[in-house]
Amino acid sequence: MEEPTTDPHAEETAPSEETAEATNVVAGVPGSVPAPSTEDVTMVIWRGDEHGGEFATYHLPAQEGEVVLDVVHRVQATHAPDLACRWNCKAGKCGSCSAEINGKPSLMCMTRMDSLPPGEPVTIAPMKTFPVIRDLVTDVSYNYEVAKRIPPFEPRPKTADEEAAGGYRMAQIDVERSQEFRKCIECFLCQDVCHVIRDHEENKTAFAGPRFFARSAELEMHPLDVNDRRELLREQQGLGKCNITKCCTEVCPEHIKITDNAIIPLKERVVDASYDPIAWLGRKILNRSKRTAREAAASAPSKGPAAIQPSEPVSGVPVAGGD
Amino acid sequence: MPDIETHDFDILIIGAGGAGLRAAIEAQAKGMRTALVCKSLLGKAHTVMAEGGVAAAMGNVYSEDNWKVHFRDTMRGGKMLNNWRMAQLHAQESPDRVRELEEWGALFDRTKDGLILQRDFGGHRYARLAHVGDRTGLEIIRTLQQKAVADGLKVFMEVKVLRLLRDADGVVSGAVAYRRPTGEFLSFSAKAVVLATGGVGKSWMYTSNSWESTGDGHAMALWAGADLIDMECVQFHPTGMVWPLSVRGILVTEGVRGDGGVLRNSDGKRFMFGYIPPMFAAETADSEEEADKWYDDHTAGRRPPELLPRDEVARSINSEVKAGRGSPHGGVFLDIASRRTPEDIRRRLPSMYHQFKELAGVDITAEPMEVGPTCHYIMGGVRVDADSTAATVPGLFAAGEVAGGMHGSNRLGGNSLSDLLVFGRRAGEGAVAFAEGRTGSVSLDEAEVAAIIDAAVAPLQREGGENPYAVHQDLQRTMQSLVGIIRTGSELEEALGAIEELEERASAVSVGGGIAYNPGWNMATDLPSMLTVSRAVAQGAINRKESRGGHTRDDFPTPDAEMGKVNFVQRIEQPDAAGVLGTPSVRTIGVGPEPLPVMPDELAALFEEAH
Repeated sequence: MEEPTTDPHAEETAPSEETAEATNVVAGVPGSVPAPSTEDVTMVIWRGDEHGGEFATYHLPAQEGEVVLDVVHRVQATHAPDLACRWNCKAGKCGSCSAEINGKPSLMCMTRMDSLPPGEPVTIAPMKTFPVIRDLVTDVSYNYEVAKRIPPFEPRPKTADEEAAGGYRMAQIDVERSQEFRKCIECFLCQDVCHVIRDHEENKTAFAGPRFFARSAELEMHPLDVNDRRELLREQQGLGKCNITKCCTEVCPEHIKITDNAIIPLKERVVDASYDPIAWLGRKILNRSKRTAREAAASAPSKGPAAIQPSEPVSGVPVAGGD
Repeated sequence: MPDIETHDFDILIIGAGGAGLRAAIEAQAKGMRTALVCKSLLGKAHTVMAEGGVAAAMGNVYSEDNWKVHFRDTMRGGKMLNNWRMAQLHAQESPDRVRELEEWGALFDRTKDGLILQRDFGGHRYARLAHVGDRTGLEIIRTLQQKAVADGLKVFMEVKVLRLLRDADGVVSGAVAYRRPTGEFLSFSAKAVVLATGGVGKSWMYTSNSWESTGDGHAMALWAGADLIDMECVQFHPTGMVWPLSVRGILVTEGVRGDGGVLRNSDGKRFMFGYIPPMFAAETADSEEEADKWYDDHTAGRRPPELLPRDEVARSINSEVKAGRGSPHGGVFLDIASRRTPEDIRRRLPSMYHQFKELAGVDITAEPMEVGPTCHYIMGGVRVDADSTAATVPGLFAAGEVAGGMHGSNRLGGNSLSDLLVFGRRAGEGAVAFAEGRTGSVSLDEAEVAAIIDAAVAPLQREGGENPYAVHQDLQRTMQSLVGIIRTGSELEEALGAIEELEERASAVSVGGGIAYNPGWNMATDLPSMLTVSRAVAQGAINRKESRGGHTRDDFPTPDAEMGKVNFVQRIEQPDAAGVLGTPSVRTIGVGPEPLPVMPDELAALFEEAH
């Protein structure tokens, strides 16, 4: 018998030969056990805690129209009541049930079983970037710590007209840019997939990650905000470490264009703030106008649009991948 | 004291949805040592699922709108069972609460002249719901969360509170809880406690509610000796998804109808024209032509019957399905595809588009949705003082869905998010005022803490007992079939008997595995609240022998004028003896009618004016 797989993200993710005790739980590599009927689904789910664990295999009857989370719930109800997973809304609105389904960071509630290869086992592992608490539940407190370090929203004062009208005036087109980022449901899949922290634990102390670059972009582009986060982004949040591979954008269940619409414009603003001569030349050539948040606020209610064309990576790291 | 983690705060707030966060921001701003405790991660509470908008008579779209109109709509929507003072405060204060969110960073959709845009919803006379597409709840919870984090609020995430504790004088003094990731127990002592625990939907099979909605606050208040009112008044939202089965119950926003969507039966007929009740006949269109004019100009026609209050629409859908005119999967059709351009639909209802596309494989810009009623909201709850949100037990406050009275027997769409903000803030204020006036040190009874922990871990130590999931599923079946949208006396009595059996079973469940992040054990600790609340709903439904708002009795199909003047109050006989589920004192819930607070003449006059 092989050693149990202690890392849910080891290269070989074949289920262990350990036999689960519950009836209906058929352990082992799919195919090595009496073949389930074609109407069955086979779930290969990582079970364990911070000390290690292994994949367990569950066979269940298929049901029409199910998502992965439904099947996980059925495993809980009938096979493994202590199988840990997070969930709340079951409709892609709360961002709780993040996991890696067949290796891809996804929401379990929005992944339909019929979107996965038919007849093949479905492998579910916890997010790799965060420490495992138990089974599919990870310790995502890193994200809540980063959130605390972002300078908060600080609105400009109301104009006399706004005081009279009882509220700020902003044009729909101006709020829409930040609204894109405010769609974020904080599932942290973008953080999970980001190789800067996925493969380098040591980077976590000085890297905010795509979710919080999007948050900073949202604030920087907010028509009312006057706080300036650019220096912080460069010096403490590791914006330069992002080499815009767009992995975050690819996994975002809200389809937020994190790289194109948040990170690249932020990189430009940060470059602007640090007077990079090459970027300055680039802007001259491309004739782009830039304003700081404060300058923009001075001419509120409308800020100048952020350029969304890619620029030179700030850190000098070559641009890799992209789509 | 058992060897557990202990904390001492001025204010303990249980629940981190809109109401809890808003209360915490208020308490924190007043310099109180404040703790916020939530069962999930911060930002995942049920508020995040609210879609259509927050109701506030700002008058940005229709300048005719004002708090009096909103107040009147709210009272009529609640079939006049509302606590008038709560409805008044709510209507008066919600515009300021919405504008305040904007000052904290919220970005609502805009009118052409740059103000907050407002949309139409059922039961609201004017376009009144401030919104962000169809993800308003996310915007509100994120704004409050980010404000609370910026203010340095102490948050205990993934902590389940088991019981409230009272001191020798009967004043609420804290709570016992456990950390879900580790199973470690902790106690909180506090000068005042705010309940903001939300709803109870997980006792039903088909619900829009998440796993968290197990009625913990309702049950803990009752166990601590507080009064509950109107527990029979449960809202079945007319439009939940019905297919695929696995998503049955997930909410489809009323915004679909507010933005022009109509309900059709299997004959393609807009059946709501056949279900206009006398109370709303004067203001409801009686032809499709008239109704369709209204969307663009509210003065050109009366409002479409699809936008009647939710109780009316839910019952009508129920009747159509029963009459054999339903959709293939037992709902009716909600059609916006034939009424608006695909572009408009995707812009106005992006998350509905997404939800149907991904979960049901339905393109709502091209085909109708199948929808049916889903258990959504409880109007009943902890009886509170309108101004301070104080419960009937000193030291305890309640805001949001867990509080009763504000919505009467039926809540209007959009009034929940505004309720959270208005009464969340007031709960924070009320708790601070109480805490400031409380003298002496707050201490917890060690024996009581130990007993609560013993009861909680019992399912882990017991062997050979039943799986708690099985008890939960049977409870859901019972409530769905016997205490659902249409009720009858004999079935309600049957439900009480079934709940009693389930209580026995729940007190004997056993759970395998460890104490750390064990959903089976978590379920076992949620069962007592679900059962207590289910009993309260069934009991209330037995006593209210009439049909009103969210409470419909087949055997008493019309409203009764006398019953419309009372709240059915529930409390238990010996609160502190109710430590363990299954003890007779928990089952002995006193139920009695008590008169509603009387509305002052100047407000009563609003209901005599012509509209």
